[in-house]
Order: sequence, then structure tokens, then C-alpha cells
Amino acid sequence: MSIPTNLKYSKSHEWVRSEADGTVTVGITHHAQELLGDMVFIELPDVGRKLKQKEECAVAESVKAAADVYSPISGEVTEVNAPLVDEPGKINEDAFSAWLFKMKPSNPAEIDGLLDAAAYTELVENEDH
Amino acid sequence: MLKMTPLNQTHRDMNAKMVDFGGWDMPLHYGSQLDEHHKVRQDAGMFDVSHMLPVDIKGDNVRGFLRQLVANNVDKLTVPGKALYSCMLTPQAGIIDDLIIYFLSETWFRIVVNAGTADKDVAWMLKQRDALAPHLEITPRRDMAMVAVQGPNARAKVWQVIPGSQAVTEELKQFQSAVVGQYFIARTGYTGEDGFEIILPAADAPVFWKALHAAGVAPAGLGARDTLRLEAGMNLYGQDMDETKHPLESGLAWTVDLKSERDFIGKQTLLDTTVTHQLVGLVLIDRGVLRSHQEVVGQKDGAEYKGEITSGGFSPTMNQSIALARVPVQITVGDEVDVIVRDKKLRAKVVKYPFVRNGKVLI
Repeated sequence: MSIPTNLKYSKSHEWVRSEADGTVTVGITHHAQELLGDMVFIELPDVGRKLKQKEECAVAESVKAAADVYSPISGEVTEVNAPLVDEPGKINEDAFSAWLFKMKPSNPAEIDGLLDAAAYTELVENEDH
Repeated sequence: MLKMTPLNQTHRDMNAKMVDFGGWDMPLHYGSQLDEHHKVRQDAGMFDVSHMLPVDIKGDNVRGFLRQLVANNVDKLTVPGKALYSCMLTPQAGIIDDLIIYFLSETWFRIVVNAGTADKDVAWMLKQRDALAPHLEITPRRDMAMVAVQGPNARAKVWQVIPGSQAVTEELKQFQSAVVGQYFIARTGYTGEDGFEIILPAADAPVFWKALHAAGVAPAGLGARDTLRLEAGMNLYGQDMDETKHPLESGLAWTVDLKSERDFIGKQTLLDTTVTHQLVGLVLIDRGVLRSHQEVVGQKDGAEYKGEITSGGFSPTMNQSIALARVPVQITVGDEVDVIVRDKKLRAKVVKYPFVRNGKVLI
């Protein structure tokens, strides 16, 4: 699967989409779900929680393992994708549309520091070899 | 360098995700572990279990040797083709391995042992042979492949693929086997479903596998194998038991024969042992996933206790998390316990396992 060019990426395999209203949407990448296998459990952060960049904020568990999800930037959680909790398999079907939560950045400059699609592609390719 | 089964290239051709499993390059899944699990519960799936090792023991009075070698009693094997599940113990009653013994004739028994323990098992058998029955011939059969075909439709699919096999194997009961040409066919398995485990010459395995696939049998990997056996309440060596545990604290008392006069390695230790722990089933009440090594805590009769999950995971059939756990014998079915998952305590209920058999949830 190709890596969308309109998103930014963290080294820990989260994707970030900047929205028109100034919030960002966060999910885990196709590569992350591929490593984990079939997803069976998702734990999302509480709305209103203030997160620091790289802070553990969610859990994604597959048949194989539990993985921590890290906040790609600092900010406050404004919304979570609650229906995903009952259908974790949506992440396997389409990781780039099955978002986890939205947040209001406290330091928007951090977004610019994330990887673009080309840099993330390189990271994934290096991991595979 | 990882060891490869005769089906390695076949798995790769089917886009398997391969993993290092105790030094063996094995398929984890072929796309979706969950789909493979359901396919076995509802229809038919096949597993390459050629990493496991058949060991043939031949010669005069093999039975007499096995009476001493293993904890279960081979005198239960009266009809040729019959199989017996047993532990092989150290003198301290630690479990060297769990295995299946097939009685083919009084001069030929076949034992199938686990992959990770195969070398030490064979070394142990040879050592005991030298001391107890030096005339016997013990032969590891790495020239063989093993395929497990499991599920409600598994037997019918095998009959389609092996000409003449239906007539010979249709009347086999659970834990019986028969030989059809070059195929050794046993009605055994590690999924809680009906089916066969088939031992055949390594060179013929790829053609056999492809024929089963063409007949509608889904390839299934080690991932599904683990969730299926956990639902079926079957122990996994190295996880639910090992040489530091004895069978009576591992849910395997039913496989140990302490009643007969027969002496076997580990028997005296078991007779002298006070059993303090047991293996129980857990069903998670809260949301989350139980995993092996998580701590189980609680109070019973005013005293604090601790235990440990030996195998845990998500049950695709029950759509919730289940586990096997080693806890003190005071804990009983129906009790609720806490399991420490990351920084939280999650509630779980103690149940009698197996959780699932023949497609049906038993909890």
C-alpha cells in the first residue's frame, strides 16, 4: 500500500493529518498494523487529556501483541473515534482512515518536525531490511 | 541459519508471513490469523507441523521400555494404531516434554515430540535406552513431513485427496491411526476440532499440501494454531509447563498413571509431592487482552495469593480474552481474580476449561 503524501508521520508509526480547523487527526500506519496483525483491542485516551509529544496515550492490541501508541505532538485530546473500540479490525482494513483521536496542538511547530511521506517510506524500507 | 520444513517454499509461494519459531522458519499466518482460526472452527484448515519430530522405537518389547520412560501407562494401548498422550519426566518429575505415542506393533512404537525439545528428547531417550533396553533401535524421522488437517470438514477433504483413505480411516475413533500407502493418518490434533494429523515422506509434502488447498482446505499458521489450542484448553510446552513444573500442577494429572504397580521415571517424586498449585481457565470480565506472564492476584479466605498467566490471548470464537493461569489450589471455579495488565487491575473469572470444543463455546 502506498503511503499517503498528505499526512505526516512519527518514527513510532503514527500518522497525523492537519485539519482546516487547526486540529490534527491521529492514527497508526498501515505498516504498524501489518507488523501487529489482526487487531482485537483498542484503548483510547480520555477527551480533554493533555499530552506531551511522545507520551504513551493509547493501546493497540492484536492477536499477537500489545503496542503502545505515542502522541506524535503535544496538545489536548478533543475527540476520540469511539466506534473503533468495537471494531478494531477497521485498522487492518484501512489504517489511514481508521483514526484514533483528534487533538488541538499546543505547539504547531512540532508538526513540521514530523516525517513526510518520503522520509517515512525510507524509514519503513530500512526497517524491512 | 533457520531450519526449514519441506514446505518452506510452498508457504512463501502462498505469501505466508514467516517468523523465527524456536529456530524454525515457520508461517505465522497467510494474511489473517483470525480468518484462519474461524476457517478451522467452521470448515477445514491445515498446518505444517513438520518442525515436530516423529521418533520410531523398534525392537523386542518396546512396551516394556515405554512403561518406564513415560508417565502415562502404555498398557492402555491395546489395539494397534491407538495413540496415547503423555509427559516424559525427569526423576524430579519436571516435564521434559509432552508427546504422543502411537502403538503400531509390539516391535514398533512411534513417538511425536515437540520441535523445540526434539534434540534433548532424543538425547534423553537414548540415554534411558542405553540403561534400560540397549537392544532397542531409536530413529528420529527428519525424513518425514507432518501436516495437521483440522476442522469439521477436514476428514472429508483428506478422503478426497488420498485415494483409498476413506475406507481405511472412516471408522477410526479419536486417538486412533492407520497406514494408507505412504501416509500415516491419525485422528488427533491440537485445535479442539475433528481432523487428522498426517505423517508422510518429506519429498511428497508440497504436492499433498497443494492438493489439499485445491480441495478447499485453508492454509493456517502458527498464530491460529495458538489461539485454537488455547480455546481447546491444550497445554503448550515451554509456556504452560517445562522442566521446572510437574504434571500435577500443570493440568495434566489425567495423563499420569500413579495407580498401577509400574515404576516410571519421576513417579516417586510425584508420590512424595504435595500439590500446591493448579492450572485454571480465566475469562476476562473487563475489556483488554490477557497475556502470558501477567500476574494474578487476589484474596481467598483472608489470605493474599499470587499466580501467573501461563498462556493468554484473545479468543476469536468467544470474542473476548481468555487464559490459562497457574494459581494456588485454594482457588475454585467461579472465583473472581485480578490480573495486573500494565498499570491496571482487570477482573477475570475462574472457569473450567476447555473453552471451546467442536465449534461450540463451553463456558
